[in-house]
Amino acid sequence: MTYDTYIADSEKTGTQRVVDPETIGKILDKHSRDQGALIAILEDIQAEYGYLPEEALRMVGKRTGRSLVDIYGIATFYHAFSLEPRGRHLICACSGTACHVRGAPKVIEEFERQLGIKAGQTTPDGEFTFQTVNCLGACALGPIVVVDGHYFSNVKTAKVKKILMSAPVEGDRIEHAVA
Amino acid sequence: MISLKINGLQVSVEDGATILEAAQFLGFPIPTLCYMDGLSPYGACRLCVVEIGEGPKAKLVSSCTYPVEEGLSVRTGSLRVLRARKMIIELLLASCPQSKTIQDLAAAHGVRQQRFKQEYEDCILCGRCVRMCEQQMMAGAIGFRGRGQNRSIGTPFDVRSEECRLCGGCIYVCPACQLRCTYTEPDKAVCGGCANLPPPCAEKEAFNDRMCYMDPCVACEIEKQG
Ligand code: FES
Ligand code: FES
Repeated sequence: MTYDTYIADSEKTGTQRVVDPETIGKILDKHSRDQGALIAILEDIQAEYGYLPEEALRMVGKRTGRSLVDIYGIATFYHAFSLEPRGRHLICACSGTACHVRGAPKVIEEFERQLGIKAGQTTPDGEFTFQTVNCLGACALGPIVVVDGHYFSNVKTAKVKKILMSAPVEGDRIEHAVA
Repeated sequence: MISLKINGLQVSVEDGATILEAAQFLGFPIPTLCYMDGLSPYGACRLCVVEIGEGPKAKLVSSCTYPVEEGLSVRTGSLRVLRARKMIIELLLASCPQSKTIQDLAAAHGVRQQRFKQEYEDCILCGRCVRMCEQQMMAGAIGFRGRGQNRSIGTPFDVRSEECRLCGGCIYVCPACQLRCTYTEPDKAVCGGCANLPPPCAEKEAFNDRMCYMDPCVACEIEKQG
């Protein structure tokens, strides 16, 4: 594998993003070379591309001297990292115990219905990725839904539509990166 | 030197040694599975449990990862240890009942029952192969992936790793796939299928893609074809 630019095939989102060594290099320069920095590096890469492209991980491995499998292990360990291209907006609905008893299953169902996808999938237009997570630590406010880092509490099925409408306006964290 | 008590006997061992090393050096047997000379201790299988401390404060620890401490009191064969060890073997046996290594362990430790559902996993996640690959073969081609239920060992992105030199070291140290790799000691093999065949390593070219994480067993495959 070379440092050559690489077209991240992201059929799912319909967007094409070149993973260029320069961007990765810049991210790497920001961080120290020690072990602990790896997660921060991966976070930055994910913020840049919306997911962790394979080629980017290979570059990180070569430049930090760590084996690819180490990096891959970390990337697959944390749910926050995704190896698949994600939609422009990430919706996480909590399906933890507390949220569950407070009505999360209905909310999740409603999201799936409105988006026309199942949890863990991305809409064909690349707009939304919908995920469920296990407890976000705000149980008393459940059911909790997080859209691009914005927390919505006490979500009822009736609120789902509003949340979906507000997503492109409010939490536009990865929009600029993917566009 | 550090002095401690092992099974009531006052001994002194070198600083920095683990309980396991000390006990083995002094001749107290402790069974192990994920531990291997030449690889860093990992503490995955818990088979090497021993009891440390006194009275209500006594606790079970994995001896392969626990460094000796001044004044420590260690019991390698107390009732509690034996019970824990048997349970661990029973659980290992449930996940990998076909492994010769685990069967032998069960026999040696008097595990005569199987109360759990047998899973026939081909991996117990002991990490021997991962450490072998990284620490002895200096490759780092395979490693742990995912977490919890989905944890598995393999190559990144599930493709042949560029680092893999097909040395077969991972298979050699695997306690779960013994069946596949006892060709050098045929009498130890269970099915003997491979005893009549040339070792897969010798015919590397034909099985290039099979050496790392051989699945299915090359020997069994040849038999099927033939
Ligand atoms: S269960 Fe949903 S935040 Fe804890
Ligand atoms: S040998 Fe100590 S935990 Fe496996």
